[in-house]
Amino acid sequence: MINFEYLRVSTPKAAIEALSRDNTSQWIAGGTNLIDLMKKGVMAPQKLIDISNLPLKEIKKEGNKVHIGAMALNSDVAENELIQREQPLLSLALAAGASQQLRNMATVGGNMMQRTRCPYFYNTDLPCNKRQPGSGCGALKGFNRMHAIFGASDKCIAVHPSDMCIALAALDAMVLVNGPKGDRRIPFTDFHRLPGDTPQKDNTLERGELIIGIEIPDNPYRKNVHYLKVRDRSSYAFALVSVAAAMDLEGGTIKDARLAMGGVAHKPWRLSEVETWLKGKSVSDAVFREAAQLAMRGAKAYGQNNFKLKLAPNAIVEALKAATQKT
Amino acid sequence: MGKNFFFDRNEPVPIDRVDGRAKVTGTATYAAEYKTQQIAYGFLVGSTIAKGRIKSLDTKMAERAPGVLSVITYLNAPKLPGYQTGKDPSKPPTAGQPLRIFYDNEIFYYDQPVALVIADTFERAVHAATLVKAQYEKAVHQTELDANLSRAKVPTGPRFEDYKRGEADAYKNAPVKIEQEYHHPIEVHNPMELASIIARWEGKEQVTVYTKTQGVEATQRSIAAAFKMPLENITVNAEHIGGAFGMGLRTWPYEIACVMGAQKIGRPLKLVLHREQMFTNVGHRPETIQKIGMGATTDGKLVGLTHEAIADTSSYEEFTEATVNISRFLYACPNVTTRYRLVPLNICTPIWMRGPGEATGAFALESAMDELAFALNLDPLEFRIRNHSDTDPERNLPWSSKHVKECYEMGAEKIGWKERKLQPRALKDGDWLIGYGMGTGSFGAFRGAATVKIKLEPDGKLLLQCSVNDMGPGTATMMTSIASNEMGWPVNQIKVEMGSTNFPPGPTQGGSTVTSTVGAAVQETCTALKEKIAELAGKAGSAFQAVKAEDLKFSATGISLQKDASVKIAYNELLTKNGLAALELTRESKAKQQQSYSMYSFSVHFVKLRVHPPTGRIRIDHVVSCADAGTIVSPKTAASQMIGGVVGGIGMALMEDMVIDHRFGRPVNNNLADYHVPVNADIPPVDVLFVNKKDPHTNPMGSKGLGEIALVGVAPAVANAVFNATGKRIRSLPITPDKLME
Ligand SMILES: Cc1cc2nc3c(=O)[nH]c(=O)nc-3n(C[C@H](O)[C@H](O)[C@H](O)COP(=O)(O)OP(=O)(O)OC[C@H]3O[C@@H](n4cnc5c(N)ncnc54)[C@H](O)[C@@H]3O)c2cc1C
Repeated sequence: MINFEYLRVSTPKAAIEALSRDNTSQWIAGGTNLIDLMKKGVMAPQKLIDISNLPLKEIKKEGNKVHIGAMALNSDVAENELIQREQPLLSLALAAGASQQLRNMATVGGNMMQRTRCPYFYNTDLPCNKRQPGSGCGALKGFNRMHAIFGASDKCIAVHPSDMCIALAALDAMVLVNGPKGDRRIPFTDFHRLPGDTPQKDNTLERGELIIGIEIPDNPYRKNVHYLKVRDRSSYAFALVSVAAAMDLEGGTIKDARLAMGGVAHKPWRLSEVETWLKGKSVSDAVFREAAQLAMRGAKAYGQNNFKLKLAPNAIVEALKAATQKT
Repeated sequence: MGKNFFFDRNEPVPIDRVDGRAKVTGTATYAAEYKTQQIAYGFLVGSTIAKGRIKSLDTKMAERAPGVLSVITYLNAPKLPGYQTGKDPSKPPTAGQPLRIFYDNEIFYYDQPVALVIADTFERAVHAATLVKAQYEKAVHQTELDANLSRAKVPTGPRFEDYKRGEADAYKNAPVKIEQEYHHPIEVHNPMELASIIARWEGKEQVTVYTKTQGVEATQRSIAAAFKMPLENITVNAEHIGGAFGMGLRTWPYEIACVMGAQKIGRPLKLVLHREQMFTNVGHRPETIQKIGMGATTDGKLVGLTHEAIADTSSYEEFTEATVNISRFLYACPNVTTRYRLVPLNICTPIWMRGPGEATGAFALESAMDELAFALNLDPLEFRIRNHSDTDPERNLPWSSKHVKECYEMGAEKIGWKERKLQPRALKDGDWLIGYGMGTGSFGAFRGAATVKIKLEPDGKLLLQCSVNDMGPGTATMMTSIASNEMGWPVNQIKVEMGSTNFPPGPTQGGSTVTSTVGAAVQETCTALKEKIAELAGKAGSAFQAVKAEDLKFSATGISLQKDASVKIAYNELLTKNGLAALELTRESKAKQQQSYSMYSFSVHFVKLRVHPPTGRIRIDHVVSCADAGTIVSPKTAASQMIGGVVGGIGMALMEDMVIDHRFGRPVNNNLADYHVPVNADIPPVDVLFVNKKDPHTNPMGSKGLGEIALVGVAPAVANAVFNATGKRIRSLPITPDKLME
């Protein structure tokens, strides 16, 4: 870890200005990811601009949307009454992530920006195209049990590790961004990206752009929702596969559905096609199984993660079943 | 958590852990926490290759970094006299040549220390460590056990040669037989407390160290050997240990490096390993591949048992453990063959990890017993009862005590074994499959030597001293409890000082021997103290003329006559009349040469669990662990020991796995986020049941060891329950969701 300067800012504007002034600087929010990466030598900012005190912690209703400030803590969002009532899927996904201690530190913005947990990315003496473009992908023929089955490239098969983001992708959230060139709104599913030939880029945010909040439009998914996370231990472990499922049911009929998967791709893996297919179908195991098969089109595994080709569709069926069974 | 771990027999009231308050309030001092003036901080730089030589080392940048005091490498390290002889006379636990740190440029394993950077703060040392640049001449490393089986060799030490009773491989001709291979990966001890040491020289002759060791005297001997110093010039302290599970059972190179570094800079030096270095530099439970061949008659009597194991060791030392030995005595079987082999790899030397070889051996043996019972269409418990060994078939000796059948009975009752179905997949709860499994464990009930010093103050305060330390099992509590029972005075009048070579010699904390060894010494010392008090009483007043200890009633303030309580004398008066400020006494205690009995502790673990076939998730619902460990001396800490062992066993069964990327010869999950140990949510209620019957032969208290049997047999109990639930026999640990998903 190198010496670095530390600076606190109190407005988004000051945060953006401070970052633009200095190419070697980096924002720090909860620090639960960045500090680890600095200790490992994966990231080496010379200046840390602490944004955790920015007045962006609100969780509130705005017209027909829920607004969540980027600095809201993961635990505060998960336990928030409005969220639990109107966006329970988000609450479930957040509670499935990390540990209580980490959730107490981690922010919504930081959670979106967290980097992959791929061991080759984390260890600077191993090859990784994401960390060091051109050095090769260590995971491709290595320890890739946790890795992607969708949308990967031979440059990178890492996955985005977030649970929260899976729910936000499913819920059509909008990312609110302030930047040196002005403000932007990015649909959540366009925020993270696939690795392609440039796995060093996790998302579509430009340098200097600050996430200031998230908006979730009103939706009917208040009851029949489920977040299923399959992992190697009961808590404090990243997903092998996770599924966020939400359904709007009328009797036994699916009026509408939302479905996204985690632990399977470089970004939250929204299954829009499957959602469309499910529309108007009646609830049954057979329908869910067919939906799961549809979801698996184009899946590709890399050896140690072959099991995900089976686990992922099974998990989709289970999550849909569990969501329908909520009363 | 299950409530009834404190069985309702006529036990002494369980006492609380005497160091509990200090531990939970943070006042207990651990090795790295000792305050000393002018302390400097070290950080180790590890090699990035797994085999080869250092071609060049550039330390200039590191030396110039702010706050750096010294950078030690093989190029400038002081020549340790003990390193030059080529042999470590301190008898390390392994055959071969212990790694000599900074001795030459040879690299034996990934992350082997190549430099020690010393600075005035920890952060500066860590940063400067990143500036050390090493160039290597790489050689082809071997880190994969499976790919190196052709290099397997018989260990050179005794006890590990091939064993045969009756006919070799007789199972092959049995009417019902199984032949299977079992595997478990490398596990790492990963205690909460990092490996740490502080070394402080006083002049050129004397050194004091605070270190994470399970045996202060063993460390003292190792330092003496390396530096060729007299033992009495070396003080080793390790009062509290934040868990070790075996990793502190030898002196590691980093400890020698710290003593060396402190000497070089002429200042006290602290060296704490990074968590990642805990995976690479302080041993591991070796990976093993085991084969079991087992045959029985159609009515379920064992005919033959062959148990083979191949384990990793380092390329410079042979590490051995009793992996196959458990198969020689656990069951009555006329024909037993065992074979044990080692494969040297480019990895740090392994070290015993809780339950050591017995735990890995029991995974294979007890899984195989379950498999054969199933092949015989027999309840696995019934199968074990039919093959109970009434005497030790290996040594042809009677057991000093063995109550395994009682464990079977009470454990089966508690877990609800009668609900279990012989056929797998027969019990369901919604989408979940329910299964029951059990496994047996055993470990030698050893007793070593210990010396205890006792001091009686005029106000009736008792002080006990012994060099043994407490790595968590509650040794201080056990000593207090025994002294309290023996003397008949309250716990708060008794103080224990331990974990330092300043105190009389005690055993290393390991191998489930401490209670039997030190407990017996405490008891014998207390007996001697009572006799001495009686003798002094005789001298102090005519009323006590020629009394014996058994004529006296001892209380915390003084003594009185058994037959007439009004005849009494306070300790302060007793001492004054004898011209003593206090009464001190030291006794050595050790086992009599006991060849006529075979001594083992036993455990039986029962597991009820559920598996969700679509996702492969496992939930353990209930564990019942029964121990036959003789007299339970300190019930509360004993129950905690058992629960801790069960947690370790669940980790072994379901998650622990150090993954090496063999292309690079290095671990890739060497951190606690990726290397999984159980969290609270993985652990169900654990009921602990003790037989609690005195063993007439082990030691005066009749205790047997507990620390290992708490874990031995847990992993197969889990695996057997998984089979009973799902019909899937998982022979390769850990049992992760991908192996069960359907
Ligand atoms: C052991 C461990 C286990 C974990 N397990 C899980 C898990 O199971 N599931 C899960 O989802 N997560 C898990 N996490 C990850 C955790 O959720 C993230 O570390 C956390 O959400 C990051 O938030 P933070 O505020 O601490 O980010 P920081 O570490 O402060 O920042 C991370 C990055 O985001 C940038 N950043 C922060 N805020 C903004 C903003 N507003 N705009 C633009 N850039 C910003 C920072 O510059 C930095 O580069 C785990 C973490 C650890 C350490």
